[in-house]
Amino acid sequence: MSLHIQDLHATLEDGTEILKGVTLDIPQGEVHAIMGPNGSGKSTLSKVIAGHAGYVVTGGSVTMNGEDIFQLSIDERSRAGIFLAFQYPSEVPGVSNANFIRAALQARLPQGEELDAVAYYHRLYAKMDLLEMDRKFTARSVNEGFSGGEKKRNEILQLMMLEPLYAILDETDSGLDIDALKIVAKGVNAMRAAERGFLLITHYQRLLDYITPDYIHVMAEGRIVRSGGPELAHELEKHGYEFLKELTLA
Amino acid sequence: MSYQPNSTLDAETHDAISIDRSKGDFTFPERNKLDAGRGLTDKTVDYICDVKNDPPWLREFRHKALRVFLDKPMPTHWASKDLENINFDEIRYYLSDGEKPKRSWDDVPEDIKRTFDRLGIPQQERAFLAGVEAQYDSEAAYSNVKEELTKQGVIFVNSTEGLHQHEEIFRPWFGKVIPTSDNKFSALNSAVFSGGSFIYIPKGLKLKQPLQAYFRINSENFGQFERTLIIADEGSELMYMEGCTAPKFETATLHSAVVELVALKGAKIQYVTVQNWSSNVYNLVTKRGLAMEDAEVRWIDCNIGSRLTIKYPGVIMKGRRARGEVISIALANTGQHQDTGAKMIHAADETTSNIVSKSISVGKGRATYRGQVHIPKHLKGCKNNTECDALLINSNSRTDTYPAITVKGNRHSTQHEASVSQVSEEMLFYLMQRGLNQGQAMSLAVNGFINDLVREFPMEYSVELKRLIDLEMEGSVG
Repeated sequence: MSLHIQDLHATLEDGTEILKGVTLDIPQGEVHAIMGPNGSGKSTLSKVIAGHAGYVVTGGSVTMNGEDIFQLSIDERSRAGIFLAFQYPSEVPGVSNANFIRAALQARLPQGEELDAVAYYHRLYAKMDLLEMDRKFTARSVNEGFSGGEKKRNEILQLMMLEPLYAILDETDSGLDIDALKIVAKGVNAMRAAERGFLLITHYQRLLDYITPDYIHVMAEGRIVRSGGPELAHELEKHGYEFLKELTLA
Repeated sequence: MSYQPNSTLDAETHDAISIDRSKGDFTFPERNKLDAGRGLTDKTVDYICDVKNDPPWLREFRHKALRVFLDKPMPTHWASKDLENINFDEIRYYLSDGEKPKRSWDDVPEDIKRTFDRLGIPQQERAFLAGVEAQYDSEAAYSNVKEELTKQGVIFVNSTEGLHQHEEIFRPWFGKVIPTSDNKFSALNSAVFSGGSFIYIPKGLKLKQPLQAYFRINSENFGQFERTLIIADEGSELMYMEGCTAPKFETATLHSAVVELVALKGAKIQYVTVQNWSSNVYNLVTKRGLAMEDAEVRWIDCNIGSRLTIKYPGVIMKGRRARGEVISIALANTGQHQDTGAKMIHAADETTSNIVSKSISVGKGRATYRGQVHIPKHLKGCKNNTECDALLINSNSRTDTYPAITVKGNRHSTQHEASVSQVSEEMLFYLMQRGLNQGQAMSLAVNGFINDLVREFPMEYSVELKRLIDLEMEGSVG
């Protein structure tokens, strides 16, 4: 059982090729990290998996536990178990966080079944406590006027509430101070489980000090150019992304 | 009042308020014994006067109004060209079964009773209302107010009963806030009006529960012309709510009401409308309130239905420190034009007005905001705040804003803000990535856009409003 990406090619609507054959297998229970310089295609990979309309898949496949996810709409992929923590989460004016998360959970229930409001708030508050979020947060409009750190914590809260099979975290560490980063990592670590796979997308090694991945992949110019264990992060830290040039040229 | 989730409502209240478009789309065979026939002449007016046993002064009033209606040209310089499609010769101006309004639902004829049952009116009355009037085509079929209120001097009857039985209160204010010649449609209403409410709240009495009127059109090629006059005596308070539906006929239907509110010294009137006419109804309504010293008139107006709505609720602030407010939500789907707005006429010192308008245009729907704020030079200390926000959903929709703020003199303060926004692709992607389908995502975004205004509606109506918007949104992305 895994999220399997096979020779994936994708372009922008204008035809510019961004993903040039990505192959990656993320079994349930494992945490994989993709590192790479800006513009290498990391964020594009996450959006293509989630089904963003701004990209055209020109080749390859993505399957989740054997099911072709390209046959599913954005919301169907979500309900089937794919979660994307956004690098830049949208603001939704006038919609409270509590109502938003509740709507997302309600959408997962069979027709006619109503989410138990009391149980919902118990669960929500427990997760918020773990992420050290103020109770006032439930009444605030989704991401509106949130600091960078609050937005990222909100993404992790949603991850914890929706309990996906596969979670993709797109640059969740960017814009976080060290305290916020620790809290976010605590949330992610709490969600590590045998039935859940993670794909962490990051530019910096910093996040991986707090969430130790099982595997690290280096992406450059639309391809995975190197894969290895957690020690690969330190190598990158030492040499920077400069040494990738040699890899991609080779 | 803050928004509360559905689960806090008991089942009966919930059923009572769950009015939607499909729920209104049914019709019963016509049972009209009284029919003024098609077209509008002096004979039509006489027919109505005879049927209603109008006093001579009213007969004269109606005939004069007919002259004004016939003489006034159709508004063309600003209004929608669609007005030209109304064929006044094909419309039936008065239809009724000749029955007097009943005080008990048990006495209401079976098919009419079933109509209002299906619309949930008797359930609503039991759940949270102080009084109800239910109008079916030209006349009220049911009208009742809680006995204790009658004992306290509250009058809540239809306009005919009002002018017959309470002429001394009715006549001095009738046609004073909105003169016959105000516009072509106020003249039309003045000539042929029937039904609508007459309400009087005695001095100092503050109603805790709202009064409600429900307007139902059952017959094709029909024009409904209700006339409402509400007088809140000094220091009194009331909330009045109106709802409306009609089946979807093949031909156009006309609804042209005149609503006059009078808030005497220190009185407060809140007038709440949830307009959900079917999409073949021309809804051309004139609504205006008069606020005397320290009085307040608030129009809380939501337009979801109709083919074309033209309506600019207004407040004339005639007494010192009077306040006027219009809270307006308009949703224009494909085939609809919501031409709504507000008129604020400052006529005394230290008067304050507030306009908050939010419109949503979907598909080829068109929403127009027209505002008029008038503060003359000789006054001092007047304030106006105007906010207009428009939300566009897909590129075909259209929104226009025409604010006209005339402020003379420099001892006043005005503020105007307008914005146009869209439900962005990125927002939809975000919402859908959390598992909401496109319709649900759209509904959530739209409900968020109007959320601060929906809070102004009574809770029972805000839940209904949310349901109506959910339905519209899911239908529009289908």
